[in-house]
Amino acid sequence: MNTKEHTPLLLLTAPQITSPVTTQVIMRNVLIALAPSVVAAILLFGVPAAALLLAAVVSCVGFEYLWCRIRKTPNTAWDLSAAVTGVLLAFNVPSTLPLYMVVIGSFVAIIINKELFGGIGRNIANPAISARIFLAVAFPVAMTTYAAPAMAPFADVVSSATPLASSAAPTSLVNLMLGTHAGVLGETSALAILAGGIYLLATRTITWHIPAAYVGTVCAMSLLTGRDPIAQVLSGGLLLGAFFMATDYTTTPTTNRGKLVFALGCGLITCLIRFWGNLNEGVAYSILFMNLLVPHIDALTPNTPVGGERRRQPADGEGR
Amino acid sequence: MGHFWAGVRARSHKVELQGIYIPHNKATAEMETSVMPLPNSIVLPMRQHVGAACLPQVKRKQHVDVGTLVGHVDARMTADIFSPVSGTVKEIRAIHYSDGRSDQAVVIVPDGEQTVDEAIRPPQVTDYPSLVEAVRHSGIVGLGGAGFPTWLKMDTDLSNIDCWLVNGAECEPYLCSDYREMVEHPDTIISGIATCLDLSGVGKSLICIEDNKPRAIETLRQAAAGDDRIDVFVLPARYPQGASRVILRNVTGRSVPRGGHLTDVGALLFNVTTMSQVGRFLQDGMPLTKRRITVMGDVVEHPQNLEVFIGTPIGEILDYCGLTEEPSKVIIGGPMMGVTQVGLESPIVRQNSGLLALGKAASQLPPTTACIKCDACVNSCPMHLTPIAIQKAYQHTDVKALDRLMADLCVECGTCSYVCPAKQPLAASVRLARSLLRSEQRKARKGN
Repeated sequence: MNTKEHTPLLLLTAPQITSPVTTQVIMRNVLIALAPSVVAAILLFGVPAAALLLAAVVSCVGFEYLWCRIRKTPNTAWDLSAAVTGVLLAFNVPSTLPLYMVVIGSFVAIIINKELFGGIGRNIANPAISARIFLAVAFPVAMTTYAAPAMAPFADVVSSATPLASSAAPTSLVNLMLGTHAGVLGETSALAILAGGIYLLATRTITWHIPAAYVGTVCAMSLLTGRDPIAQVLSGGLLLGAFFMATDYTTTPTTNRGKLVFALGCGLITCLIRFWGNLNEGVAYSILFMNLLVPHIDALTPNTPVGGERRRQPADGEGR
Repeated sequence: MGHFWAGVRARSHKVELQGIYIPHNKATAEMETSVMPLPNSIVLPMRQHVGAACLPQVKRKQHVDVGTLVGHVDARMTADIFSPVSGTVKEIRAIHYSDGRSDQAVVIVPDGEQTVDEAIRPPQVTDYPSLVEAVRHSGIVGLGGAGFPTWLKMDTDLSNIDCWLVNGAECEPYLCSDYREMVEHPDTIISGIATCLDLSGVGKSLICIEDNKPRAIETLRQAAAGDDRIDVFVLPARYPQGASRVILRNVTGRSVPRGGHLTDVGALLFNVTTMSQVGRFLQDGMPLTKRRITVMGDVVEHPQNLEVFIGTPIGEILDYCGLTEEPSKVIIGGPMMGVTQVGLESPIVRQNSGLLALGKAASQLPPTTACIKCDACVNSCPMHLTPIAIQKAYQHTDVKALDRLMADLCVECGTCSYVCPAKQPLAASVRLARSLLRSEQRKARKGN
């Protein structure tokens, strides 16, 4: 028998190994998936886009860091979730927006929407989306002054309509794919968003349920009402919303069935607003509205455990 | 039943419960089993099984032989314990486990003679009841880790049993004990199964093996070629294919109802090494005294598959295999379901299949962060439970919610904790939730 003295052995509950995937790894994957759209935004809109992205990311991470320092809670600023919020927020504003406005947006996203609800994992609404809606209400003119992309055959900075506005001339499919049309930073190039979406699916950061059901619902509604489904899917914030914002872990239902219901609701509300509402764009409002319904969707769409299919038999034998 | 079994083999790979990929790390898989020499002492805890603890049947300073009955109790749910060595009983003392419980243990000092007890002779087995009675006195329990008395599992109403499942999945990372048994002793496995089928009248047996063990699949297919009742079912090499309820669902499509057992849905499931031991016992009558364990870990100098006497202290095994540095964490079992040990004097008991010694760096788990509701635990749970909701309900001691979430169906595989990006202690929470729910269910039944 080994009798020499040992330092106490560690006692831990099983399992003793864990996967290398952490919150930070997931958020890094989302940032990588956003990279093509970042490049597209800077190519299309130039220095103002880069400045907005930088301001949004720095202010989001900064607000989170300050909050954690002031509240003396564990510092979550480096888990990259605030950086993702920053990029998404910048993607939701036009390139002409003054920088101070995007910083206000960051404050709304991080402090009001996330930290006041308990920080990461606790927020009810998607931070970037609520900040976008806040900015649209607070600064309606600045939020709809779209600059024509630098590479597009338009005049210089003008207040040009998005392809969804009823006054806009029809935009060609190529323009929609490349993003050479007016719009907010991240909603223009469908190609870049699709590339990022495929990356998210390939790395299993997200599942197909929400993007497929969201886009599918919008396609179906467009066909039913005699609109061009491809134009509806490629224009506005639909792809950005379907791949990056409606798939936010915290603000979506738990089970795959719940996710399908959630995405169906997003699609329906988007179409209602776009087709018959007073606004050109419905993605942000639809996701925000469905965010609020998540607890109810969760309650109605639980998983059925293996062996739980039937009702419990009465007075069954206790464990042998 | 004929058409049902006809479809089974074709379904081999498209199993319903997929599980998750965990690096297998089975570095010792192709190493022949080596035999550890006699240790300086043998520690035999009186509970090496699920059920009632045995009472020591020997006294201090008494001489015992190989196969002498050491522990026995007059209870149904128990399994006798036999001496694996010849020698002298040094003491009968308390042994403390890392979970805080304790049992009596008989400590034997081997004399090196290894004289065999005169009472050992091959059992007379003529029909199924005599087989069950023989296995009852063999000390054989579920050797995959469960430790359920094998005779008790066999002693069931056979009228509705149509499949005799044999578990060779060995889905835990690191462990190769069952794999070596399948590669080295296919004959005793098949003879054990064949005898059970002969006497029980059950018409079909499937040996379930993960597809990362092609040699075992091939070896057993060849060994079973002469017996068309026995076949091999290939499972994907994804964790936890070896969990009994996962195997049952994937092989037969059946699921065990809440509070029920495999026998309720017509199946029996035995570990492959258990079947092999039954086959061996029927040949020579020697009760279970030795077993193979996989010794691994980053501080183990010579990782290997080692045949040890049951009751060998883990400190002696680690000394034999060599340590490059002092371990910080010692696990009996695999990394997913194994139990960390409080000291190196704990022995290997009969249901243990692995011994892992980890250094400082490999012992630490990453810090826990906030849940981001990524649903990884929900989407990877083999039983389709909702671990994160169960953890929350447990924190609120909400027994109603635990009942609704069916926390009692957890198989303790640990998948939820493994996949969690926030490193939340989900498996531990669900385990606690399950025992809370079960005790409340018991109370409710008593109240009625």
